[in-house]
Amino acid sequence: MSHEGGMNLTLKVWKQKNSKTEGHLETYPVSDISPDMSFLEMFDVLNEKLISTGKEPIAFDHDCREGICGMCSMHINGRPHGPKGGITTCQLHMRSFKDGDTIVVEPWRAAAFPVVKDLVVDRSSFDRIIAAGGYVSVNTGNAKDANNILIPKTDADDAFNAAACIGCGACVAACKNASAMLFVSAKISQLSLLPQGQIERTSRAENMIAVMDEEGFGNCTNTGACEAECPKEISLENIARMNREFFSAKVLANKK
Amino acid sequence: MSKETFLTSTLGRKLLMGLTGLFLIGFLVVHVSLNSLIFLNDHGATFNKGAHFMSHNIVIRIMEVGLFAGLIAHMVLALQLTLKNNKARPVKYAMTNGNANSSWYSRSMGILGSLLLMFLVVHLANFWIPTKIAVFNETEHNTFEDMKVVFSKWYFVSVYMVGVIALSYHLLHGFQSAFQSLGMNHRKYSPLVRKVGILFAIGVPVIFAAMPLVIAFGLIK
Ligand code: SF4
Ligand code: FES
Repeated sequence: MSHEGGMNLTLKVWKQKNSKTEGHLETYPVSDISPDMSFLEMFDVLNEKLISTGKEPIAFDHDCREGICGMCSMHINGRPHGPKGGITTCQLHMRSFKDGDTIVVEPWRAAAFPVVKDLVVDRSSFDRIIAAGGYVSVNTGNAKDANNILIPKTDADDAFNAAACIGCGACVAACKNASAMLFVSAKISQLSLLPQGQIERTSRAENMIAVMDEEGFGNCTNTGACEAECPKEISLENIARMNREFFSAKVLANKK
Repeated sequence: MSKETFLTSTLGRKLLMGLTGLFLIGFLVVHVSLNSLIFLNDHGATFNKGAHFMSHNIVIRIMEVGLFAGLIAHMVLALQLTLKNNKARPVKYAMTNGNANSSWYSRSMGILGSLLLMFLVVHLANFWIPTKIAVFNETEHNTFEDMKVVFSKWYFVSVYMVGVIALSYHLLHGFQSAFQSLGMNHRKYSPLVRKVGILFAIGVPVIFAAMPLVIAFGLIK
């Protein structure tokens, strides 16, 4: 399908062989791009072309392509997930750019997210944080009758909003300190606000934060960049809640 | 796991950063109130009485030690946090658009703080050291006269203007940030904290800035 008024763009994409080598920005002209294509579809078109001319395609992460898996991690023109708020890279369309634009695409940059290849980073540090306490391990029994356990609407809403985090890592990518506090605070909040999460509440906060620090994420300086760039609009209130959870775990918990 | 102690954790250090920051904000309140006595325009008589009290009262002098301790802690923590943060992103972005998601001053607390430190060195040399020497020698000391001498020089007035501008932006982010670090984020009170923070970050530096200016322009004698 050829498009009348298809866009011609210049892409500058980070190419890196593996985590041990150094990378560089490489320039790729792309032509006849439909404004209705998603950003990833534009990459598909480019990769097809690279493959057909015997060149190596650009490695990038993606899975659901509908904003729920958190895989598509592209830093576009200096911002995670590109110029629009509240969406992931796969939800970004080419109509957000102008014909003739130059677009710089880089991987997330953080010591805790080493580059695997090109735009693909290893975010297993997030998995290790979750493994340290982002779950409920006590038996909560069978599914209860809906109104058996009463939960204030505000708590339910806050927990639900925190649970919307898809673990994409844009908060880390956006933060000038590569801090993971928005992610970790969302994961702590979604459990600490609900009754089932109470039993492991203090150890959860302590353990998850200890792993977060070990993994080499930076310190939060409250710039708010994470909240502004988060595709799920996770609130900074969660970070304040995490601080409270941690202080009460360290200071008030009756243990050594 | 959880070998981490409170004070070695990122969150513990952040809390201390906030607490020492609020402590220094408390000092600013005292400092700006006392210095405002020069606006009485009584040739510094009331102001000098206040300054004499501050430099001789034993309780104040003990608190002064605490003040320096708080200031040093604030700086050491900032240094530690910054070093860790630099390590957290060893490869920088080729392109960043920070202004799209945060204010420049929230991202520049280290630079603003360093400017403040440089200002502080000049400021202490101008006023604090001469006062200490006088107290040590038990000689009479007229701080108001010191102000007139210092602020008759345009280069000192300029240094003070840079100092208060750096202070203003440092406070603009620091004030509300301290509450967030303390875990105080509340739907009812946080908007108020932010408003008070903005008023404080503008008001206090403006009053401080007025002091060299009124003296330099001879409005207060
Ligand atoms: S908090 Fe937002 S930006 Fe961070 S991982 Fe979760 S969804 Fe992504
Ligand atoms: S590919 Fe799943 S969120 Fe973008």
